[in-house]
Amino acid sequence: MDAFGIALGLVVAGDAKLLAIIALSLRVSLSAVLLASLLALPFGALLAVGEFPCRRSLVVVVNGFMGMPAVVVGLLAYLLLSRAGPLGSFGLLFTPAAMTIAQALLVMPLLAALTRQIVADAWREYEEQLHSLGATVGQAIATLLWDTRYSLFTVLLAGFGRAIAEVGAVMIVGGNIDGVTRVMTTAIALETSKGDLPLALALGAILVMLVLVVNALTFATGSWVQRKLG
Amino acid sequence: MENIFPLELADVCFAPNGVPVLGNIHLSIAGDACTVILGANGAGKSVLMRIMHGLLAPSSGRLAWNGGEARPSGQALVFQRPVMLRRSALANVAYGLKLCGVPRIDRERRARQALARVGLAHLAERPARVLSGGEQQRIALARAWALDPRILFLDEPTASLDPGAARDVERIVGDIRLAGTAIVMTTHNLGQARRLADEIVFLHRGRITERTPAPEFFRQPRSAEAETYLKGELP
Amino acid sequence: MNRLFGWSRFVLLGCALLSSLSALAADAYITVASTTSTEHSGLFGFLLPQFEKHSGIQVRVVALGTDQALDLARRGDADVVFVHNPAAEEKFVAEGYGVKRQEVMYNDFVLVGPQDDPAKVAGGKDIAEALEKIAATKPPFVSRGDKSGTHAAELRLWKAAGIDIDKSKGAWYRDTGAGMGPALNTAASLNAYILADRGTWLSFKNRQNLVVVVAGDKRLFNQYAVTLVNPAKHPHIKQAAGQRFIDWLLSDAGQKAVADYRIGGEQLFFPNAQRR
Repeated sequence: MDAFGIALGLVVAGDAKLLAIIALSLRVSLSAVLLASLLALPFGALLAVGEFPCRRSLVVVVNGFMGMPAVVVGLLAYLLLSRAGPLGSFGLLFTPAAMTIAQALLVMPLLAALTRQIVADAWREYEEQLHSLGATVGQAIATLLWDTRYSLFTVLLAGFGRAIAEVGAVMIVGGNIDGVTRVMTTAIALETSKGDLPLALALGAILVMLVLVVNALTFATGSWVQRKLG
Repeated sequence: MENIFPLELADVCFAPNGVPVLGNIHLSIAGDACTVILGANGAGKSVLMRIMHGLLAPSSGRLAWNGGEARPSGQALVFQRPVMLRRSALANVAYGLKLCGVPRIDRERRARQALARVGLAHLAERPARVLSGGEQQRIALARAWALDPRILFLDEPTASLDPGAARDVERIVGDIRLAGTAIVMTTHNLGQARRLADEIVFLHRGRITERTPAPEFFRQPRSAEAETYLKGELP
Repeated sequence: MNRLFGWSRFVLLGCALLSSLSALAADAYITVASTTSTEHSGLFGFLLPQFEKHSGIQVRVVALGTDQALDLARRGDADVVFVHNPAAEEKFVAEGYGVKRQEVMYNDFVLVGPQDDPAKVAGGKDIAEALEKIAATKPPFVSRGDKSGTHAAELRLWKAAGIDIDKSKGAWYRDTGAGMGPALNTAASLNAYILADRGTWLSFKNRQNLVVVVAGDKRLFNQYAVTLVNPAKHPHIKQAAGQRFIDWLLSDAGQKAVADYRIGGEQLFFPNAQRR
């Protein structure tokens, strides 16, 4: 329980390094979810609404990729971003941008699969009406994504949770460089490596609290908006 | 505005997975009347409407609008249970116009007009999903009306409503008919059919047994199945 | 109306986030691939701020096992390598990936083991003898197994003890494939013997029952060297900045900084750059 004491001490003291690490974790993971959702949400909706050959196999594949280990995603991202790789000339390796890209790749299947389910459920209710009004597939996707927005909030939170909690991807493409690409999870891994378990636990406690706070804020905002605007 | 009538169904059959639902449907809608389709449960009324509106494709036979195969715009369908989007009543009414690419200012104006015509102008900014069944059905009607359709299909529009709300809906349908839109409607409410219909199409087990002007139908239907139905022996 | 407002907020937040990420790109920096043993000992946290103040160049250290670090450099993902496996480093230079290997500092490896010492090697000064005893009594032994400099040293020492470890290893030999810190954590939990570099050992906080059992054999000498990655192979390498870092490490100021790093009063690394 000495870990909580340390955690509290760090937070209260406003340790600059810790705050920088927390800020970076939030920036990387929030950006990753945003980036991933730009592609994954419409794609998930398309899987729910569209009718094209091999759609079912695609759904199975997307669902399967939800279970992709973070370290494998990190490795793939590394191979892409390495100087020896196809996107090497952008020099993104070992930068926060690389970490965002890796985490975005990691959560895309999750966001797409959950969106597909939510949109499919709504589509059952809306399909005939939207067809009657002459909506194209694109219009239907946009309408459904907007109409299911409160449920999609939860999807985004799930993605954020997965992103901010992972260490495998971000360690490989970020390199855990002090002051540059060190985030909460890689800092915890480092302190564990150095044998400083109480500090590692304290950081872990702070990370969990962080995720809880983000969830609570999102939930509260969502409820408020829903009450005000329906 | 180009003419979309007559709507012709020639020998249309509908048999999904081999199960026959509709057979030998020959029907021509001229576009100048309120046509009410009556029939027992399971006779195929809703299916026929959906085929006419283009939501279902017939298994065989031909469907043509003014001789052409293309499905025209200028038609709308109001379902038994209205589907409200998660937005305001006004936005719901404007939605159909949005899909057609009508610019925002025109959209809003026409939507407000339509809402006023159904008596719901005061509810324009309220979230549609929290309104009552009757109010939602009126919004659905406003949404259809705002599109200025040549033909309006209604699938048992008052079946889920209380009598007061049902009467409001009937009044609106009557207004729409007066404004020149063709109506094709199904209902179980014989009083409603009597009040609104110009002609009755009677469906029995997927086949049309008769098509008769309404006053004559209610006096004396031409087919035995229709007679049994009116006497209340069919559900 | 609300919808437009909501979307534009979303987009603005997105732009702010994404731009803040690129703003983190410092003006001048080099990427140094180094070992987990140097990182976990805390040396870089002490050394690098001094260099950065002196030159204005930020040094970004990626800590991996020695072989991984060299592979990273072969792919052009690092500007400088700072590792401790002379044979592998010479090969790296011979292959044309490195410019010149230059020694910077040394420390030693120590054999660490449980206080109750089941193999009875404590206090010895002969590492080969100790390893023979361990292979005979078969107490738990943790190996890095990750092609790091320390792992390479361990394998050299088994050979020096005349033991073919591939044949002799059994359930007692735990090949973890991990960095120095995690391997020490594992050894501490298993009450196992493990070869560690003194730097990481001194800064390691989870020792539990482990103590140093054998040290001081000259075969336990651990040499660190620095090499610039060859710009001829990878034109994007930051040659000038990388060379400045190397020059500083070899200079009096850099060497003094290395010597000044202590934990609990004890010096971890000993500068031994060749004077040109």
